[in-house]
Amino acid sequence: MDPQSAPSGVTARGTASGCFHCGLPCPPTVEAGRNPAYCCVGCQTVSEMLLNNGLGHFYDLVPRAGVRQEAEPAVERYQFLDEAAVRARFVDFTDGLQTRVTFRLPTMHCVACIWLLENLFRLRPGIGVSRVDFPRRQIAIAFSDAAVKLSEIAQLLDQLGYAPDLNLADLEAGVGARKTPRGLWLRVGVAGFAFGNSMLLSLPGYFGLDRFIGPDFRHLVGWLSFALAVPVVVFSASDYWRRAWVSFQLRRMSIEVPIALGIAALFLQSLFEVAVGRGDGYFDSLAGLLFFLLCGRLFQEKTVDRMAFDRDYKSFFPLSVRRLKGDQDESVSLDRLAVGDRIHLRNGELIPADARLLRGPAIIDYSFVTGEADPVSRAPGETIYAGGRQTGAAIVLELIKPVSQSYLTSLWNQDIFKKEKLDSFNNLTNRYSQRFTWSILAIALVSAAFWAWADPAKSVRALVGVLIVACPCALALAAPFTLGTALRVLGWYKVFLRKAEVLENLARVDCVVFDKTGTLTTPGTGEIAFEGQPLAAAEAAWIRELARQSTHPLAERLATSLTGAATTFVTTDFQEVAGGGMAGTIDGHLILLGSIAWLRRSLGTAAEAAGVPAGRGHAEGSVVSVAIDGRYRGHFTVASPLRLGTTDMVNALSGAYEVSLLSGDNERDAQRFASLFGPGVELRFNQSPHDKLNFIRARQQAGRCVMMVGDGLNDAGALQQSDVGVAVVENVGAFSPASDVILHAPQLAIVPAMLRFARQSVRIVRWSFMLSAAYNVVGLAIAASGRLEPITCAILMPLSSVSVVAFAVGLTHWAGRTVPRDLAGAAKTNFGLAMTRKEQHA
Amino acid sequence: MIVILILIPVSLVLAAGFLGAFFWAVRSGQYEDTCTPAMRILTDEETQPIRVRAVRPLAENSHED
Repeated sequence: MDPQSAPSGVTARGTASGCFHCGLPCPPTVEAGRNPAYCCVGCQTVSEMLLNNGLGHFYDLVPRAGVRQEAEPAVERYQFLDEAAVRARFVDFTDGLQTRVTFRLPTMHCVACIWLLENLFRLRPGIGVSRVDFPRRQIAIAFSDAAVKLSEIAQLLDQLGYAPDLNLADLEAGVGARKTPRGLWLRVGVAGFAFGNSMLLSLPGYFGLDRFIGPDFRHLVGWLSFALAVPVVVFSASDYWRRAWVSFQLRRMSIEVPIALGIAALFLQSLFEVAVGRGDGYFDSLAGLLFFLLCGRLFQEKTVDRMAFDRDYKSFFPLSVRRLKGDQDESVSLDRLAVGDRIHLRNGELIPADARLLRGPAIIDYSFVTGEADPVSRAPGETIYAGGRQTGAAIVLELIKPVSQSYLTSLWNQDIFKKEKLDSFNNLTNRYSQRFTWSILAIALVSAAFWAWADPAKSVRALVGVLIVACPCALALAAPFTLGTALRVLGWYKVFLRKAEVLENLARVDCVVFDKTGTLTTPGTGEIAFEGQPLAAAEAAWIRELARQSTHPLAERLATSLTGAATTFVTTDFQEVAGGGMAGTIDGHLILLGSIAWLRRSLGTAAEAAGVPAGRGHAEGSVVSVAIDGRYRGHFTVASPLRLGTTDMVNALSGAYEVSLLSGDNERDAQRFASLFGPGVELRFNQSPHDKLNFIRARQQAGRCVMMVGDGLNDAGALQQSDVGVAVVENVGAFSPASDVILHAPQLAIVPAMLRFARQSVRIVRWSFMLSAAYNVVGLAIAASGRLEPITCAILMPLSSVSVVAFAVGLTHWAGRTVPRDLAGAAKTNFGLAMTRKEQHA
Repeated sequence: MIVILILIPVSLVLAAGFLGAFFWAVRSGQYEDTCTPAMRILTDEETQPIRVRAVRPLAENSHED
């Protein structure tokens, strides 16, 4: 665990008794004076491996920076990577001797991790250079084919606590495939080069110094500047030409149209002036204009390129499963599975395709797919749908459908996943520039007409001058810099936006829809409470002993939470019925643990006399009932606690927004949420993924701008349909369904502040527009009078751009300062904010 | 002042050299990740063996193991 972001309590105690490797508390069995002390064998193994290989510096860099590793990963787990077909798609480069591969390691978290990962070569011969890309949590490793296998490298990383994140999407695209476009950098470089040099060449002219050298020099400077400007117009500006052409074809005014017009006017007018020997033109301003514009683009794109927002089920699926071949397990990649194959799944593994259960019992957790909090049980012979996770003992399945055609994947075949949600012509800048462009064209024509009548010699000059000055450089910069800064500010709080336009949609949101399980609540992690006839200490110890026999998640929670004398009992006649409960005789007493229905079934006719209540009972959370010696004693409930700050968040939202709750879960929590959300809030339970999608669509048809906040695949359709889809994730690097915003789960309470900040940002963009419009008016007044000189242009253009950018960035940062104040309540308990900022500066 | 006719080409050639260096830097991937190198220097001289290895072409590493 990251010591910097570990809960403060753990860090404080960790200095005294924490594990030398990972910093987590050591179990009481570790003797006090031992040095170094470890919390588990896994940590000890890894730590000794590092110390023995001269990598002890790891602990000097960041003490206790290791990742807890209880069990050593199985060797065969990564074997599929050595299959020729899989390997070929995974490696970035190979020449038969040397191979380079990129892995994504979500658990890397600090400087020490980088250092250790870049020193991998000291741990295994055959590994060469390894380079970490920290923002993307990736490592590129070069290794020698003869000395080490790909699977061994993956296993080594896993052993160190950096398990590679391998999933089906990588198999199709490769990990290293997603890179920042380099073209933009090159465009900026060319524009900057031309800008600097032509400005330098023009300076003597601006100060009247060229008179000392004579007209030949002016001529030379003119043609040199022209030579410098040609690559700018052809290469650097190519995007603007293309986009302006597209919007011209679509008959829509986007910001690129006046920009392209301005560039063309600048270039042609300058060329004309140089050719007839009247001056050296505006080439410096032209290059400067493009340099500033492209810097704006760069700033905006850099903030979003490291997150993946367009993931589908393929990123959720693992890359390999273990297939049964005879009695042996073999590791195969998912795309080689065929119908009829038998696969072996262990605790916590995902079901990759619709299948029939052969050996069970299976307890499947579908919370990610359907939103239901309780795991469901399946007996051998039943069909199990893809997307669930097995919890408990290992099971064997026989596939009945290919991976790509199961129930889960059908959601992605819906139309909404095929269209691009945001119309790029509909953003703030373009809406504004539509009006702007038409008025500019009108002013240009009017002034040209006026001068044609008053002084024909000035007519063309005025027309061109207006087009040049009107080129909305500052305007085009206002939005990227404001929104880009806003994205950065939100990133400090672990809120990541897909692109800047999302902020504009956030500012318009007037209807907020929440998912329940996993979004507002964290299922199965809450307090355990007992209701019924009080249990004696010995009885609690028996129940704990029985619960310990099972791998069912509820039983495990029960076993860890019950306290009692540490006596060891012998359990006899133990039996467990999947989907029901378990029974056993401990210390001569028959104990039954399970659902009410199962208790009634096992007690048979004695159920009435034992006092088992009829019906299911309406408790919140998951329920485990208890009977001892044939007498019903009551039930345990495991609550699904609300995330921190949820109550405040809902209170803050419900006044200003239309708030709804859609849950795939049953109605047992209805009361609790009705009182939490208050009256007038729509609560819907038992919602299928399609119901959620249709609900959102209905609200949109009623004219609402809907924000959906969800976490699982069951929300994927709704997230996609909504105007802003917010995916709530426990781990920012891990899988999340396709969305516009990725929100770190402990930060959920930021939602109201985020919406307010989005509105402020959009307001700042509007103010920046006004500022830049003011510059345009000044420039237009000069240009329309036909007196625009190159030096006016050379001063006005950078001045307006820089001041508008400074205004926008400064104000957005200032607005961003109000965000943490809103979160003060959450920050106190949740430590996350301060640490996140520290990470930024590290 | 005729010297300016020499100085201008010289300055342009020099600047073009820097532009070329910038192109090389972008193409070799130095702008892909501007965050990790800043963290890497925090690990002091311990990283030096890596830095030497990192600039070498891939093919040479196979002899070092």
